[in-house]
Amino acid sequence: MASITLDGLAHAYRPDPRGPQDYALKEINHVWRQGGAYALLGPSGCGKTTLLNIISGLVVPTRGKILFDGRDVTRLPTEARNIAQVFQFPVVYDTMTVRENLAFPLKNRHMPREAIARRVEEIASRLDMSSVLDRKASNLTADAKQKISLGRGLVREDVAAILFDEPLTVIDPHLKWQLRSTLKELHRALDLTMIYVTHDQTEALTFADTVVVMHDGAVVQTGTPEELFERPAHTFVGHFIGSPGMNVLPAAVEGRTAHVGGVAIGLTRAYPALPAGEKIELGVRPEFATLAPAGTGVPVKVQRVDDIGRARIARIEIGGQPAAALMPEGLSLHGDEAGLTLDPRQIHIYAGGVLVNGEGAL
Amino acid sequence: MEKPLNNRAWLLVAPVFLIVAFSAIVPIMTVVNYSVQDTFGNNQFFWNGLGWFQELLDPTTELGGRFFDALWRNLLFSAIILAIEVPLGILVALSMPREGWKVAATLVVMALPLLIPWNVVGTIWQVFARADIGLAGWAINALGIDYNYTGDSLAAWITIVVMDVWHWTSLVALLCYAGLKSIPDAYYQAARIDGASRWAVFTTIQLPKMKRVLLIAVLLRFMDSFMIYTEPFVLTGGGPGNATTFLSIDLVKLALGQFDLGKAAAMSLVYNLIVLALCWVFYTVMTNTGAERQQGETPA
Amino acid sequence: MTLELDRVSRTVSGVPYIDDISLKLERGSLNVLLGATLAGKTSLMRLMAGLDAPTSGRVLVDGRDVTGQPVKKRSVAMVYQQFINYPSLSVYENIASPLRVQRLPKAEIAARVSEAARLLKLEPYLERTPLALSGGQQQRTAIARALVKRADLVLLDEPLANLDYKLREELREELPRIFASTGAVFVYATTEPTEALLLGGSTACLMEGRLTQFGPTAQVYRRPGDLATARVFSDPPLNALRANKSGHTVLLDGGAVLPASGVLADAPDGAYTIGVRAHHLEVEDVASAERRSDTGAGGGRLIRLAATVAVTEVTGSESFLHMDMGEQRLTALVPGVRRLEPGAAVEVLIDPDHILLFGADGRRAGRALDAAA
Repeated sequence: MASITLDGLAHAYRPDPRGPQDYALKEINHVWRQGGAYALLGPSGCGKTTLLNIISGLVVPTRGKILFDGRDVTRLPTEARNIAQVFQFPVVYDTMTVRENLAFPLKNRHMPREAIARRVEEIASRLDMSSVLDRKASNLTADAKQKISLGRGLVREDVAAILFDEPLTVIDPHLKWQLRSTLKELHRALDLTMIYVTHDQTEALTFADTVVVMHDGAVVQTGTPEELFERPAHTFVGHFIGSPGMNVLPAAVEGRTAHVGGVAIGLTRAYPALPAGEKIELGVRPEFATLAPAGTGVPVKVQRVDDIGRARIARIEIGGQPAAALMPEGLSLHGDEAGLTLDPRQIHIYAGGVLVNGEGAL
Repeated sequence: MEKPLNNRAWLLVAPVFLIVAFSAIVPIMTVVNYSVQDTFGNNQFFWNGLGWFQELLDPTTELGGRFFDALWRNLLFSAIILAIEVPLGILVALSMPREGWKVAATLVVMALPLLIPWNVVGTIWQVFARADIGLAGWAINALGIDYNYTGDSLAAWITIVVMDVWHWTSLVALLCYAGLKSIPDAYYQAARIDGASRWAVFTTIQLPKMKRVLLIAVLLRFMDSFMIYTEPFVLTGGGPGNATTFLSIDLVKLALGQFDLGKAAAMSLVYNLIVLALCWVFYTVMTNTGAERQQGETPA
Repeated sequence: MTLELDRVSRTVSGVPYIDDISLKLERGSLNVLLGATLAGKTSLMRLMAGLDAPTSGRVLVDGRDVTGQPVKKRSVAMVYQQFINYPSLSVYENIASPLRVQRLPKAEIAARVSEAARLLKLEPYLERTPLALSGGQQQRTAIARALVKRADLVLLDEPLANLDYKLREELREELPRIFASTGAVFVYATTEPTEALLLGGSTACLMEGRLTQFGPTAQVYRRPGDLATARVFSDPPLNALRANKSGHTVLLDGGAVLPASGVLADAPDGAYTIGVRAHHLEVEDVASAERRSDTGAGGGRLIRLAATVAVTEVTGSESFLHMDMGEQRLTALVPGVRRLEPGAAVEVLIDPDHILLFGADGRRAGRALDAAA
C-alpha cells in the first residue's frame, strides 16, 4: 500500500531533448494518495502510456523522481516495485489452470503452500471465479481472462498499486458494465491505489474519483468527474469529456453579454480582464442547452435530430456556428427555426483555450 | 449450384494428376513390379511373389538382417540429432537479439549453413575432419586424442552427428525464433510483475507459445534425418564397415552396387511405408493440437 | 442492387456459425449488424461477400442466385477493424489502388480519388503514407478505398473499434452522411447499441448465429420483438426481472408483489420477464425525507421496488446506480450527479408504460399496444 508521488517528472524518448517539443511527457508534479482511484484520460499519443510505463518501471524518466511512500523508486526495476498491472489484451498463462495462474505470483515469492491456497480461494471468491478455479485459463472468455490478470495482482498482499492499461478494450459492451462495477467494488473493499489509463471518457469518469486529463504530453486538468464536467479548465477538456462534447463557440464579450455571430447571450458574470489578442470562446455543454419553441431564448437553426435512445440530441447552428443541444420530450418543431434556453451558470468563457474566471455573483 | 462448380474443379486439377502420374505413380508402380520379381541380369525376370518382403522382414536372413541393422541405425541417428538439435536450437533462439541491426546480421549468419548444398556440406566436413590435413581432425589429434573417422566407428558417428547439428540446428533455431517473436511484450511484463524467474518465464510463457513451431521443427528434422543420404555418403560412404550405413545408403548399395533390383525395390517400398506412417502420426498429432487450440479460443 | 439472404446457414465442423437467417437489404440502405462477439456478425458478412459459401440456403443479388459465386465476381468492398492500407503507398495511391486494378483512365481515377478524399476529409494528407497518419485518418483512408470502388455492397466490420473514443464519435456522425451520398448497400457490424442508434438505418440483431430481429433501427430499439433483442440492444444492460402474474397481482422472483398495471394488466396469467431499460428507472433515497409525492404526475401508477445500492458511477453529466434487489442486479441511469453510499436503502420507481414484457417463450407480450403508442 502506498501513495505515489511524481516529482518534476518529464520524459523524452530522444537522448538529447532540446525543446519542449522533444518531450513525450512534459513536467508533471502530482501526488496519488493511498487508496485512491485515479484515471489518466487522453487521446492516443498524449503521453499517458509513457507515464504509466514510468510508474510501472518499464521506462526510466529523463528528469524527475517517482516516489512510493516517500521512497525513491525511479531506477528500481518493475519486479522491485510492488505494483500489478492489467494489460489491454488479457495475459494468462495458457498451460495453467485458473488456480495455478492466481497462485503463480505467490509461488514465485516462495510463500508457504497453505497460505497460497487460502489466499487464492479468497481472491477467487471476490472475483466470483471459485467455480472455474480448476479450468484451464486458456479456455475462458476474454472478460474472465481479464479477471484472472487482475486476480494475479490482487493475491499479493504487498501490492502498492494496480495499474490498468485500457483493460476493457476487448470486452463486449454488456460485460464491460459488469467488469467495471466489479472493479469498483474491489477498490472499495480492498483499499488499493488504482490507476486506470484510457481514452474512453465513460470508463475514466465512472471508475475514478480523480481524473487526470492529458493532452500533448501535459496534464491539462485534474479533478473529480463533476469538476471536469461542470468547469472544464480548458476547451480541450470540454471537448474531450462529454458526448457530444462541449459547444465551443468563438465569441466577443462585452459586459455581461457574449456575442456569437451576431446573437447575444446573457452571462451571469463580467469578464473585464480578458487578455487582448487571445481567441475568446464561449463554452456551454449540450446538457445545459435545451431546445425550445421558436421565440424563446436564443434563436437557433435546427439541422437534424439524433436519437441516442435515452435522449435526443439536436444539431443546431447558433449565429452560424455548429452546436449541439438537448431536444426535450414532447417538443415538436416547425421548420428549422427554434429557440435555445441556456443555463446561465453553466456558460464559461475561455481565452486562448483556458478558462477565465469572471467577476460578480454566480 | 455446388455440382457444376465441383466438375470444373476436377478439370482444373487434371493436369496436376497427369504430372503426378508420370512423376510418382508410374515410377512407384515400376518399383512394385520389380519388388515381386527376381532377375539374373539380361533383362530376364522371374516371378517371386512376396518372397523378397518375407525375407526382408525376417531378421534371421541376410537381407532382413542388414535391413533391420540399417533401420536401427537410422532411428538411433534421428533420436540423437533430435535430442541435440531441438534443445540447442531453442537455446540459440533464446539468445538471439530481438531488435536492432544485430537481428539481420544474426539471421544471415544463421541461414548460411542452410544455403549450402548437401553434398558440399559432406565434402567440407570430409576435408575438415580428416586426421592428416583437416583442421579439426588434425587439431583433435594434436590434443592427444586418437581420432580418425575413416577407421573408427564411434569417430565416424560423432563426425556425422556433429555435421548434421552444424548443418541443421539453425533451422530449428530460426523456427523457434519466429515463435518467440510472436509473443506480445505484455506477457514478459506480466511475468516480471508476477516475480517469475528466468526459468519460469521459459516454462510458462516461451515454451507453451513455441509448442506449435517446435512440433513443426521436430517433424521436419525427423523426416529429414530419417531419409539422410548425401552427407554420410560423401563423408564416410557408409563406413567404416557398415557402421554408418543408413537405409538410404544400403538401398543404393543393394540396387546400384549389387543390382539386386527385386530386393532393393522391396526394401524401398517398406522404407517408403515407414516414412508415410510416421508422417501420418505427426500429421495427426499436429492437427489435433491445432483443433485443441481452436476449441480453446471458442468460449463456452 | 438488393441483397437477399434466403434461409442461409453455415456450419463449420458441427458448430453452427449462422443459423437459418433470412434477410433482405434494399438498394442504398444502411444496415447495422448488432451483436456480441461471436454472435455471427463476421460470419454473416463473409457469406454476403461470397468469401464463404453457406452450408444451406441461397444468396440472391437483385433476385439472381449468386450462392457459391466467388467474391472476385461480385461487386464488394470491405473495411476491417484493423487499419488495412498499403504501408509503402501514399494515401492517394492507397485510395486509387482498386481503380488501378480496374485499369481506369487516369483522369477518371483522379476525379474519383479526389471525391472520396473530400468526403472523408483526407485532402490534406494525400501525399503522406498511412503510417504517418493518426488511427482515425488511417481508417478514413481504408473507408475511402472501399468507397472509391463504387461497389454495390460495402461491408464494414467494426470499423471504429480500434479508434479512440472521440475519433469514433466524430466518424460515427459523419458516416451516415457519407453512406447516403453513394447508392450502395452498406452493412456495418458493431457490438455497441449506441453506435447502431447513431448510425440509424436498419438494424439486425444477432445472437448465437440467429437473427433475432430486423427492422428500422429506432423501431427495433423501442419495440424489441423478444428478450434476446432487448438484451443485445440495451446499453447499459437491460434490467430483466422474472415475474409471475396471477389475477391482479404480479409476484417478482425476489418476493416483491406489484399491482398488475399498464402492460401487465392486459397480459394473461403466467410467467413473464419484465424488462426495463436503465434510463427508465428512477431512484429515490429512502433516507432522504423528501419523497416524491404520489399525487405527482402519474405518481400513483408507478411501481416501487426496494433495493440497496451496490456501486455508484458518476460521469459528471449522469450517474449509473447499480443496485441489488435480492440476487437481482439493477442498473439505473439518472441525469446529473447522484452519489449514493453503497449499502444505502433506495426505492426504484418504474413507470409501467416503460415496461417491455416478455412471455415465457421470450417473445414480447402486449405488442398490440404498440399500435396505439
